[in-house]
Amino acid sequence: MLLWSGVCGLSPPRIFPSLLVAVALVGLLPVLRSHGLQPSPTASTIRGSEPPRERSIGEVTTAPPELAPESRPVNHSFTEHSLKSRKAFPVLGIDYTHVRTPFEISLWILLACLMKIGFHVIPTISSIVPESCLLIVVGLLVGGLIKGVGETPPFLQSDVFFLFLLPPIILDAGYFLPLRQFTENLGTILIFAVVGTLWNAFFLGGLMYAVCLVGGEQINNIGLLENLLFGSIISAVDPVAVLAVFEEIHINELLHILVFGESLLNDAVTVLHGLPVSRALPPVGHHGTHCLGSGDAPLRGGQHLPQVPHNHQVFPEDVEQCQRDPHLHLPRCLHRGWLPPLELDLCHQHPALLPHRPSAGQRSLSAAEARRAWDSLTPLFPSLAGVLGLTWFINKFRIVKLTPKDQFIIAYGGLRGAIAFSLGYLLDKKHFPMCDLFLTAIITVIFFTVFVQGMTIRPLVDLLAVKKKQETKRSINEEIHTQFLDHLLTGIEDICGHYGHHHWKDKLNRFNKKYVKKCLIAGERSKEPQLIAFYHKMEMKQAIELVESGGMGKIPSAVSTVSMQNIHPKSLPAERILPALSKDKEEEIRKILRNNLQKTRQRLRSYNRHTLVADPYEEAWNQMLLQRQKARQLEQKINNYLTVPAHKLDSPTMSRARIGSDPLAYEPKADLPAITIDPASPQSPESVDLVNEELKGKVLGLSQDPERVAEEDHEDDRGIMMRTKEPSSPGTDDVFSPAPSDSPSSQRIQRCLSDPGPHPEPGEGEPFIPKGQ
Amino acid sequence: MGATHSASEEVRELEGKTGFSSDQIEQLHRRFKHLSGDQPTIRKENFNNIPDLELNPIRSKIVRAFFDNRNLRKGPSGLADEINFEDFLTIMSYFRPIDTTMDEEQVQLCRKEKLRFLFHMYDSDSDGRITLEEYRNVVEELLSGNPHIEKESARSIADGAMMEAASVCVGRMEPDQVYEGITFDDFLKIWQGIDIETKMHVRFLNMETIALCH
Repeated sequence: MLLWSGVCGLSPPRIFPSLLVAVALVGLLPVLRSHGLQPSPTASTIRGSEPPRERSIGEVTTAPPELAPESRPVNHSFTEHSLKSRKAFPVLGIDYTHVRTPFEISLWILLACLMKIGFHVIPTISSIVPESCLLIVVGLLVGGLIKGVGETPPFLQSDVFFLFLLPPIILDAGYFLPLRQFTENLGTILIFAVVGTLWNAFFLGGLMYAVCLVGGEQINNIGLLENLLFGSIISAVDPVAVLAVFEEIHINELLHILVFGESLLNDAVTVLHGLPVSRALPPVGHHGTHCLGSGDAPLRGGQHLPQVPHNHQVFPEDVEQCQRDPHLHLPRCLHRGWLPPLELDLCHQHPALLPHRPSAGQRSLSAAEARRAWDSLTPLFPSLAGVLGLTWFINKFRIVKLTPKDQFIIAYGGLRGAIAFSLGYLLDKKHFPMCDLFLTAIITVIFFTVFVQGMTIRPLVDLLAVKKKQETKRSINEEIHTQFLDHLLTGIEDICGHYGHHHWKDKLNRFNKKYVKKCLIAGERSKEPQLIAFYHKMEMKQAIELVESGGMGKIPSAVSTVSMQNIHPKSLPAERILPALSKDKEEEIRKILRNNLQKTRQRLRSYNRHTLVADPYEEAWNQMLLQRQKARQLEQKINNYLTVPAHKLDSPTMSRARIGSDPLAYEPKADLPAITIDPASPQSPESVDLVNEELKGKVLGLSQDPERVAEEDHEDDRGIMMRTKEPSSPGTDDVFSPAPSDSPSSQRIQRCLSDPGPHPEPGEGEPFIPKGQ
Repeated sequence: MGATHSASEEVRELEGKTGFSSDQIEQLHRRFKHLSGDQPTIRKENFNNIPDLELNPIRSKIVRAFFDNRNLRKGPSGLADEINFEDFLTIMSYFRPIDTTMDEEQVQLCRKEKLRFLFHMYDSDSDGRITLEEYRNVVEELLSGNPHIEKESARSIADGAMMEAASVCVGRMEPDQVYEGITFDDFLKIWQGIDIETKMHVRFLNMETIALCH
């Protein structure tokens, strides 16, 4: 397809509409030719014979990949139909059944998106109710609605889920995984995940068994193994639900990574140990219990599991296959048994939206009221005990200990979610007469944990004064020191001969830089060391902050008031001799400024998946450019008063004296030149200094009026500042094109420092510095 | 080492001085002998035998730190030509993890010692201040692994960092004031936010496995 487009000169983005049109045309041709296919008058029959074409034309929400396979069936049915008899051409008709599945799915996606966005926009709700709760409620509503109408809710094939929905979820999670903290705490995470989950499962199973023995006759016959199975199902902490809550409360990084990592890994553990337990149960006809666990699914990671299986029709086949050859078919069976999800969670922040929950609940409502009451609270106790015990053990090895508060939060944050439900749903009724009971219990637990624990964890965190994530401003010093320390520790480890943490991290980094980054990151950025990238970003932020505050007339305290002169006094006198800047150099400066500013600007746009608010620096940019435009107009008015061209540059001593005598004009500008040093340009910082010196001299010489000087400073401050291509904001493209009323010298200054853009300016032929220098 | 009696005495003495356990001292001694080629002292050239160290961008500073008289507590400046096992242990003791039994004051002392070690690495001319040139040197070395980065980038970063340090340590400065360099107290101030005692440590536990790989 792409080849064809290449031949025809079309670019890929233009393919799909044209493909759509082409397919539509091709689809219509056989219809025209073969109307009268069958004597049946209904439109649906014709459509029945050409479903692929119909869907490609009528279905608007189909994703593009589905178009590709459509084009092939078109060709086949074409030959077939040309042989049949003709029929009246159907003009219009409604055939819901064909578009039904994609349509409903798309509708759900849309609803989920709207809910998620609307949720964030309404402030009061979002502070009380975690998102997961809301999504459950929405799912219940939609399911209830569909049931009320009388339709059966559709289900997604697991293949579709695996191939289209799962990859973005996994990749998203992987991209945002805070790698440094994860690897540093990996030992702790593994212990919590593996040992903690096993402990939870067995303890819970045993507890449930005790309850069964003590409780009424209805539940007396549930054996130990079944209870253990229940325990193992319910012990899985759902990562999605937990993370949603933790993200919202901005908990500190250590806790966050512990819970995140643990929940990622414990799904695997749950599944793995559910298998032997389920195998141990007396086989009544080799049924679906074999399908409960598999070695394959854990490898896919825990992230995909919050989905609900709803595939009754598929299940018996799977059971038969499992019977025949459990090991071979386990993965497939697991695939299809678990993963046809009803609900699509685009941002994977929900446990489940389950339209069928009401019916399942009703089935066993009468059966075990007491049992359910127990169930709600039981997950909390073993997990609390488990966490306490494990932490005592782990703290012996940790440098940064886990406090009791941390432990409580880890235990309390154990929300169960859809994985428990899916596992429960898989229980076969023939083997487990009590599977409805289990299911109800699981649903209750999920509801309890998500609603009650989810809603109360935020006030609890505030109450316990758990350390929140510190929004510390990373300084360049810190970055340098951290990197230095990393290298130092790696070196020491090498000297000791100790292949520790740092050694492997360093090896991995080197491998990453040498091979992986080259393939995955385009252009120069693949070779860019972290320090430089960090520095660019910081510089940009500082510059924007400064300009923003400069517009408001005060300098923020965070910005350094120290200039180059303060730290490098010895070299400055020598540097005050200004070399002649040729036109080429001027052009070079301009080009460098332009390129590097664009680059750093782009880098600054970092993606945060949890905020809907626009990037504040984006706002600052636009504001700043607008201000600059206003100031420009102001400057034009000022320049009308100036008839004297810029004075010649003085000798270094003269300008120094002038600067020294006029602190007011000097002060605000002192720091600005320093900050605009562009590290990536081959231009040395000294020459940028020189340019700024010249500007200062010019400003001071121009007028005695302090206000005007200040204003000019203001204006020229911004003039020194960066500009970047902002085609979207209106009126900013011409911010720096010199107006005819400008005096030639100020034009020159403006042009040199403020990078007017690629268009050749009328006055560009003039040299930057007057010839007399 | 001579007779067992004096050997264990030595070990105990070293334990007392440096704080390592006897197992760790044994292991480190083995490593020392491996590095020195069974000589009683190590010279700078011996460090060239470590292949992984070659890839480290700041290796010259690290090796230098081993011979720095200030770290060896032998004088205010200068470099020793060779170090014996006790000196080796002294340097290694800067990287011991913080003992949980220590009280607050001792932790602070430990922290200061570690930071002082770092400071000595930055301050190569031993004048007690990290000047701009020295800082530039540090950044250049850090970036030396990337040959295509121009020298100017390193300089600018160092300049920016220096300015930031100045503003943190001194605050507002008059245009005529000159900031000479980062003193040790300033250095402590910069590091206040970072808890170095948890970061700067090497686990000296399992090292036998490694001896086979060299």
